[in-house]
Amino acid sequence: MDIFLQALFLILDPYVLGVMFLAALFGLFVGAIPGLTATMATALLIPFTFFMDPVPAIAAIVTTVAMAIFAGDIPGALLRIPGTPASAAYCDEAFAMTQRGEAEKALGTGLVCAVIGGVMGAIVLSVAAPSLAEFAIQFSSFEYFWLACLGLSCAVVISTSSTVKGFVSLLIGLFIATIGIDVTAGYPRFNFGNVELMAGVSFIPAMIGMFAVSEVLRYVASTHTPLPMPQQKIGNVFRGLGPILSRYKVNIARGGAIGAIVGVLPGAGADIAAWIAYAVSKKTSKQPEKFGTGHVEGLADAGTANNAGLAGAWVPAIVFGIPGDSITAIVIGVLYMKGMNPGPTVFMNNPQLIYAVFIAFFVANLALLFLGFVAIRMSRQMLRIPRKILMPIILMFCIVGAFAINNTVFGVTIMLVLGVLAYIMEENGFPIAPAILGIVLGGMLEHNFVSSMIKADGDFLGFFSRPIAATLGVFVIIVWLIPLISLMRRRLRAAVSTA
Amino acid sequence: MKHLGFSARFAGMALAALALITSPSHAEYPERPITLIVPWGAGGGTDATGRMIGNLLQAELGQPVNVVNRTGGSGVVGHSAIATSKPDGYTIGVVTVEIGMMHWAGLTELTGADYTPIALYNFDPAGLHVRADSPWKTAQDLLDAVKANPGEHKGSGTGQGGIWHLALAGMLNDAGLAANAAPWVPSQGAASGLQELVSGGVDVVSCSVVEAAALLEAGRVRSLAVMADETLGAFPDIPTLKNETGLSWTNSAWRGVAAPKGLPDDVKAKLTAAMEKVYNSQEFQTFMNGRGFGLIYKSGDDFAKWMSDSDESLGAAMKAAGLAK
Repeated sequence: MDIFLQALFLILDPYVLGVMFLAALFGLFVGAIPGLTATMATALLIPFTFFMDPVPAIAAIVTTVAMAIFAGDIPGALLRIPGTPASAAYCDEAFAMTQRGEAEKALGTGLVCAVIGGVMGAIVLSVAAPSLAEFAIQFSSFEYFWLACLGLSCAVVISTSSTVKGFVSLLIGLFIATIGIDVTAGYPRFNFGNVELMAGVSFIPAMIGMFAVSEVLRYVASTHTPLPMPQQKIGNVFRGLGPILSRYKVNIARGGAIGAIVGVLPGAGADIAAWIAYAVSKKTSKQPEKFGTGHVEGLADAGTANNAGLAGAWVPAIVFGIPGDSITAIVIGVLYMKGMNPGPTVFMNNPQLIYAVFIAFFVANLALLFLGFVAIRMSRQMLRIPRKILMPIILMFCIVGAFAINNTVFGVTIMLVLGVLAYIMEENGFPIAPAILGIVLGGMLEHNFVSSMIKADGDFLGFFSRPIAATLGVFVIIVWLIPLISLMRRRLRAAVSTA
Repeated sequence: MKHLGFSARFAGMALAALALITSPSHAEYPERPITLIVPWGAGGGTDATGRMIGNLLQAELGQPVNVVNRTGGSGVVGHSAIATSKPDGYTIGVVTVEIGMMHWAGLTELTGADYTPIALYNFDPAGLHVRADSPWKTAQDLLDAVKANPGEHKGSGTGQGGIWHLALAGMLNDAGLAANAAPWVPSQGAASGLQELVSGGVDVVSCSVVEAAALLEAGRVRSLAVMADETLGAFPDIPTLKNETGLSWTNSAWRGVAAPKGLPDDVKAKLTAAMEKVYNSQEFQTFMNGRGFGLIYKSGDDFAKWMSDSDESLGAAMKAAGLAK
């Protein structure tokens, strides 16, 4: 208790709170600009944190990231440009709601779920960090391979049109993920001697291109006068949220749990958590047909999951110095710089500092409730701009974002090429969400498959040789077989009834 | 006094005017922000040290130094970006040991000779890490086990043909075993390799000791040896490979700051002087020692010689280990 009070005083210091406030504004700004990710925001903070004490330094990072992940929802909902990759899973859903005049509801749900998710993640972090880390460290490439397979199964669930077209879209995404130097053999593939392509198709420009540029193209190409965006006022974003929250309380709890668990696993972060939560939401929903048409249910799941995943990623980072995602990879560096070397000993040597970090998570997420509200109010101006003025501005932001991720014009090329590809796909009824998922998971799937095969000397049974891997593997296979079995039963019944 | 002040100021103005006349286009370097390219991802050791240097160079040169991660392609992309940028001192970068490896592997034509060397600042020898519950207590135990069952025990720690792969393959080669007697499981870096080690996926990781420090401290990993001539200051308990097994094989990663080839001499002199100050600064030394990064300093021709020596020995080792094309 004494340590807890010490930690509380460390956070409630006016200087620390001031730093957190500035970090919050910075995070909201960076998150709302497409192409600037939470990871980049953290990297940009490092020079500033160097001159701070450990607690304000870490609190600044915690706050920035929490704000950035939520702020990514704003351009996603209003303009169909996810501000950060973590918003990509439900970007279409939120945009469909905006087109129906429900931007207020979409953003309000996103905000409140982000806060709940963030607080849930913080609770998990502060209560179960050591034991969860113990679980996460048992994962080797076999387990990650099955996890990636499970993630890919989501593609079939989230695709809004026919399953076959969703599958084709997924394969396109997986193909794009194979471009560049193959991590396993170090051999360049499909790069035609181009040095830039050796690095592969960067995910951020790909995402911006497939969502935003295709939307701009559709506007340009449509011959009839487009329907004006329904008049809407974003007044009190919290109005009408009560019923939504109570109806989807199970979804929110489940999203938080999925986010925390996926976040704890090294190498799978907030963006993958959001995809999985969204797919689980649709699969278990009573109204799966409404998904993709602007249905708030998936938002509740995925919006909670991505913020919950943030705190989860800190678990292996603090306990073992193994980064849970790219943000905590940077955090580990800061921890070392501040003399809080990660490892179990940090709980013994500097308990008040670690508890201060946990408290910072709670404070940051509560501040998000207020600051996020202000950010939504300010962003509504975007909807008042006529489309013919807005569209070129969107394109400009896309170009800036695609350039900024690697500071290379090549990013802009990738964005434009994939934008055209996504436009052609959507015009022909192919959903793009599975393709994006393929790009996200393709590398992880392939790398873990090949590593596992090397480890098992080419023996497929290796995938079932470890307890967790075997459990996951059997589960994945059952998930895959269920549609086949139900199809066969239907055929069988049909055959019986006609006979 | 007042009079003197005036004349001094006048003289200063006259000098400034003269400077403007004699070199109208060549104002004092640097007059605008500098970009520092880091060829590896945010969060790794190269990124951490690069950002630290960028920060301190900024104070030294009086212009913002923007650190940019140009990742991918096993380091080819970032190293190419540094080498092919304009040699005006406004784009510099961190070059790493891989510059002497990538061309042997047939990934690029680039070598250390394509840069203007500024300063070498870091040097981290490879280690030999096993799980805490591993039956191997010494490096010799490990070698004996690999010899008894070639192909059975797997190693990891970086991508295929990366520096730590070479560390393990080269050691086995030196011990008279096949370089692939402990097959390599490529990982996306030391962190994911260590995750594989602790989860039981592989048996040995040959990354640097500093990269394994957290798990070492947590008691999940044991370091059997360090592949250097002397033990490390920050980890005096880890014996050298030579001491343990008699093998004289050493292997290490290094990092240095370099600019594109053809950098004007005055710019090079200014950058080198700034880097020397940065290296010797209290902040940099505290940071490097705090994390356990190895310190070394070589500038100009010494750094160039370091790169070509490194290139040569890496090439020989890669050929012996079958990693060269």
